[in-house]
Amino acid sequence: MRYVCLIYENHAETAKIMETEGDKIMAEYFTFTSDIKNSGHYKAGEALHPTATATTLRIRGGKLQTTDGPFAETKEQLGGFYLIDAKDLNEAIQIASRIPGCRLGSVEIRPVVDFSQQAHK
Amino acid sequence: MTDVREQLDQLYRADSRKVLATLIRLLGDFDRAEEALHDAFAAAVQQWPDEGVPANPVAWLVSAGRFRALDVLRRRAVHDAKLVQVAAELSGSVEPVPVSERGFGDDQLRLVFTCCHPALAQDAQVALTLRTICGLTTEEIARAFLVPAPTMAQRIVRAKAKIRDAGIPYVVPEPAEFPARLDSVLHTVYLVFNEGYSASSGESVTRADLAGEAIRLGRLLVELTGDAESRGLLALMLLHDARRDARTDVEGDLVLLEDQDRSLWKSEQVAEGLALVERALGSGRVGVYTVQAAIAAVHARARTASETEWREIVGWYDVLMRVQGGAVIALNRAVAKAMAGEMELGLQLIDKLLEGGELASYAHAHSARADLLRRLGRREEACLSYQRALELATQGPERRFLRRRLTAEAREAREAREAR
Repeated sequence: MRYVCLIYENHAETAKIMETEGDKIMAEYFTFTSDIKNSGHYKAGEALHPTATATTLRIRGGKLQTTDGPFAETKEQLGGFYLIDAKDLNEAIQIASRIPGCRLGSVEIRPVVDFSQQAHK
Repeated sequence: MTDVREQLDQLYRADSRKVLATLIRLLGDFDRAEEALHDAFAAAVQQWPDEGVPANPVAWLVSAGRFRALDVLRRRAVHDAKLVQVAAELSGSVEPVPVSERGFGDDQLRLVFTCCHPALAQDAQVALTLRTICGLTTEEIARAFLVPAPTMAQRIVRAKAKIRDAGIPYVVPEPAEFPARLDSVLHTVYLVFNEGYSASSGESVTRADLAGEAIRLGRLLVELTGDAESRGLLALMLLHDARRDARTDVEGDLVLLEDQDRSLWKSEQVAEGLALVERALGSGRVGVYTVQAAIAAVHARARTASETEWREIVGWYDVLMRVQGGAVIALNRAVAKAMAGEMELGLQLIDKLLEGGELASYAHAHSARADLLRRLGRREEACLSYQRALELATQGPERRFLRRRLTAEAREAREAREAR
């Protein structure tokens, strides 16, 4: 099964920690990424610019509305993601629990809808 | 003929959960397995009176259930193209049907860990465990937890959907994860027990059933894992449940441990609990349930309240502070200290905890303080603490108890004043 691991962090707090421990944390991310590439679990993964760079779109009454910032103001913001391949949720938890973001913020695991499998549910 | 029916009824009560656990693995789906379970028993009702009871009835039921489920799938696949592949996969499956008790046990353990998976909400774990492992009906579970049946049904449906869609596997966790995952299972069983144990009057019948189900689950876990902390939890539940009949009086009011008629304690359950505590303590790995069971065991061994070895209890609370900690345990430890003879010290410790703020709105902290003051004869202060406890308490029997104590203390205080 494929799972998306959404990494949520508090930008302000993370920025503070990155000032002192940035190199160490980046090194941990590189190690983690190369580990799951080697083990064959990695499908994709990206880090995102802070929510200050976000733009939210809505079409209402046929008109495009463009607004600054993320869809919802929350304490923790989406900071990046991995797309992984895992046998089941237990394996996905094992893998995702090694993402450094678990310590800095939280990681949400979501199964990806497989439309080819969806047919016979 | 009637013999076979009786045998089947008994088999259903004793082994239907075992058959279900294996069918879930073979069919890869909770609902399909439940349907297959019923079809299997229906087939037995038809066939056994003529053909005789098979040598291994449980294995027969599993095979019959699997056969029927495949049959149903193939027939539905004619109208539903989506099912063609499922039917094909299941027919070609090489998943073995267990041949021994051990094999069936493995499937039951898989079911336990799936129902108590930490990715499921706690109330969903409880509901699914009672429905699937204990075989309670959705209506029975709803009644026990005082929620409408449709709410409970939805909770169970959602849990099953998450197991399927999020890919929660039907496996026993790997050794590295086993202890943490087992803790989650024990916690769920303990919640079921507490729900049954802490409630009083009114719903007492169904709720006593919950405690009974939790004890049954505890036995199953000890049998399947041989784990020391599971043994500790079973002991804790047995020792507490043994006091059930002594805990309330005829009016349904609470009777405190020290006032209970100990001849009403179920002696067989006490004996079993005590033996289990000994074994759990002998294992070396001493967890929170085992320590709590050890405390319950000290109470159980005292023939009268005044013979209670409070010093030993203080020792166990010291251990509990180390392995778990927390303000409530610190409160219980303070009470034990006081009861062990260090009344003033116990009182000081409680005051410090109340000043700390965490327990300031915890009724038990104020009633514990009131009780120590009452024992010290400081009645005016005791009244103030009972009053505070009464303001915070929500349970009916507890409130009635506090009000009785408050009235008695106030009267004594008045008489003492007038005598002066």
